[in-house]
Amino acid sequence: MRLRIIIAAQFLGIACAWAQQPVRGGALRLAIQAEPRNLDPAQASDEPSELVRYLTGGVLIRMNRLTQRLEPALAEQWSYDTARRTLTLRLRAGVRFSDGTPFNAADVCHTFSHLLDPAVDAPSAEPFRSVKGGTRCEVRDARTVALRFGEPIAAVERLLDDVAIQSSRSKDQSRPTLGPFFISDRQPGASLVLRRNPNYWRRSPSGTQLPYLDSIRLDIQRNRDSELVRFRAGELHLINNLDSQLYERLKSQLPGSVRDLGVSNDTEQLWFNQIAAAPLPAHKKVWFRSTEFRKAVSEAINRNDIARVVFKGHATAAVGPVSSANHAWLNAAIETPRLNLKSALNRLSGSGFRLRDGILYDRAGNPVEFSLITNAGNRSREQMAALIQADLKRIGIRVTIAPLDFPALIGRITRTFDYDACLLGLVMTDLDPIAQTNVWLSSGPQHQWNPSQSSPETPWEAEIDRMMHTVATEANAAARKRAFDRVQQIIAENVPFIYLINRHALVAVAPDVRNAQPAVLRPQTLWNIDQLWLASPAQVPKR
Amino acid sequence: MTAALERRARLASAAFLATLAIAALAADWVAPYQPEEQFRETIAAAPSSRFWLGTDDLGRDRFSRLIHATRISLLIAPAAALLSVVLAASAGIAAATRTGLIGNLLMGAADITLSLPWLLLLLTVRSLLPLDVTPWASLTLTFALLGAIGWAGPARVIRAAIRELLVSDFVISARGRGLSKSRVFLCHVLPSARPVVAAQFWSAVPVFVLAEANLSFLGLGVTEPAASWGTMLKEMETVLAVGGNLLNQYWVFAPAALVFVSVLCLTILFPSRIST
Repeated sequence: MRLRIIIAAQFLGIACAWAQQPVRGGALRLAIQAEPRNLDPAQASDEPSELVRYLTGGVLIRMNRLTQRLEPALAEQWSYDTARRTLTLRLRAGVRFSDGTPFNAADVCHTFSHLLDPAVDAPSAEPFRSVKGGTRCEVRDARTVALRFGEPIAAVERLLDDVAIQSSRSKDQSRPTLGPFFISDRQPGASLVLRRNPNYWRRSPSGTQLPYLDSIRLDIQRNRDSELVRFRAGELHLINNLDSQLYERLKSQLPGSVRDLGVSNDTEQLWFNQIAAAPLPAHKKVWFRSTEFRKAVSEAINRNDIARVVFKGHATAAVGPVSSANHAWLNAAIETPRLNLKSALNRLSGSGFRLRDGILYDRAGNPVEFSLITNAGNRSREQMAALIQADLKRIGIRVTIAPLDFPALIGRITRTFDYDACLLGLVMTDLDPIAQTNVWLSSGPQHQWNPSQSSPETPWEAEIDRMMHTVATEANAAARKRAFDRVQQIIAENVPFIYLINRHALVAVAPDVRNAQPAVLRPQTLWNIDQLWLASPAQVPKR
Repeated sequence: MTAALERRARLASAAFLATLAIAALAADWVAPYQPEEQFRETIAAAPSSRFWLGTDDLGRDRFSRLIHATRISLLIAPAAALLSVVLAASAGIAAATRTGLIGNLLMGAADITLSLPWLLLLLTVRSLLPLDVTPWASLTLTFALLGAIGWAGPARVIRAAIRELLVSDFVISARGRGLSKSRVFLCHVLPSARPVVAAQFWSAVPVFVLAEANLSFLGLGVTEPAASWGTMLKEMETVLAVGGNLLNQYWVFAPAALVFVSVLCLTILFPSRIST
């Protein structure tokens, strides 16, 4: 009897081990909410394009989203010189692009030459470009490359996670990659298929070449409800950034599939258009450029209601640009803005605004009203806008909500600047503020309230520029922290962005996806894409 | 359907639509709350004595919103239908009486209008609108556009009916008695064509009610905080998306039920068959 039990236990153990053994093959299916706007990895600025870059691009150094530490990728080692003006990287040997051509130092310098080309206008190039004296790439030998900076620099290696190395030899549009996948098929408006890179350099601890998956199918599915329906039907394997309402409903039906990973670093914020050349009436420009007006609007918004009503508690009132989850960089001296209608009205009154019969008028007698654009189809943002509309009505401001489809919205905030205010989120891919340089520098393209300034238009923006320069160049960690603390303080005092909430990271993972280790940082469920594998139907409990 | 049953159905439909119209017109008095008023402590609540149809995700009273939504959907749709039928009647009469180049041009224009991708046209027009346009202005423009492009189908029907009337015995007889063309047309042809025009109007009303619902469902209709049947139908999207607890949330379907019953009543009251 005892022998039988032992044999049975051994069989069970073998069966369990078999069940946990990664299986090569299979197609992972997921949805993206919009067509990637640009498949050039250097020009990726929207979320779908960044996701495609992450899944296909090989980078020199990768940040582990779970441990938030840097790990060697195409660069095996890296080091700074004593002056911190040169970052030398030793490249991995024997690596090939997806088309079979060998990877070497020339490819790295070709990538940086493309990235730093002003004509390319790469969002991720801003921190490199902002270095006084510029950034240069030098080939030392086939496996050694040096990034030389015009001044001492700090934490620049963290930025390399966003720089996908491109082939210097490829002349065609096929874009050979060094990442785990390459783009094999694109149906505009419908889908994108990524196939396994047969030459991917990484192997599992047991020696199997990664990735395990044969392919990834990215369906362009603007409607998130449909995404949920398809997930429930087993047509999709993963959902990132799940809407809180859908999360709650999915939790009631498939409790094992959803996870609340806690406060994320992503922010939701509202900003007013402060661009001098924007096609807006002069009186609106005066309001939007008034710090007291922006502070009054901030004080009239009930952030806790937004977190509770819109996000069902899966969000936290935002303090500022740094989430409370980021203990290393949060300026603890800054308090979360509180709802205070009396103070808001006092501020407005002090700036010449008058409240008559429930309507706020400016000094010239113009009723205070503005349109608030946000991306159509994003239920959370549409609901946030409805709450903000109701909140601001209490101080006499009429808000018109204008949901726009995403390309139209991006067009307005980046090209035509024909908008009053915008409600949108900012995705933080790294905890270190060095990654936010393009947002905070007045010359940055993502300095949304007044982007790409030739010189800072306000003294506080000039101070932010100086502080961010310290963050980018100072070797001393305490000095960098002090500088970014000051940036947070300036933002709190001048409210160019009215921070509303930090979402919780909510994801859904199908039971047949193995090795999933969702992280708060994006791409939450996909950061270890090369290690994900799909269990066979026999190994999966029925949904 | 027997005549008696038909009469009862028409009576019931008329009573229902009349009640709805009165409630919509008197929405400010009938609705217990303002449609945009948010009760943030009671979000997504079930029906109760305080909130008869519960509250939506922002804590707004669903019953009050439904009454105000009825005002928009049920009053603007007939206005759009009227615009459409006035245009259709003008074009149809002109095309029937001017058989040469003008008639051909008008019917050619009708064919082109029928082939237009109206949804894309509406999307384009909406994207060209200023951002701070009020919900009412945006809705009025949307319906005006719907009315303006909805003339083509009815115009062809009206043209055919008038051409048939122009060669009918009583018209020929009137001409034979020496009546002028204009007098025959005004006193005999137009009155006889009235039922056709009326039928076009009444059959267009439910079409425009549904068009509003479709447009709002696509985010092209009424904007926050105003409510229409279409915007309220969007609520169903979430419930249907996850496919559960439909019976426990039956009140979410109130707008859908109202659209269905109203369109049914309009169809019963004003069947699209034509009898001259």
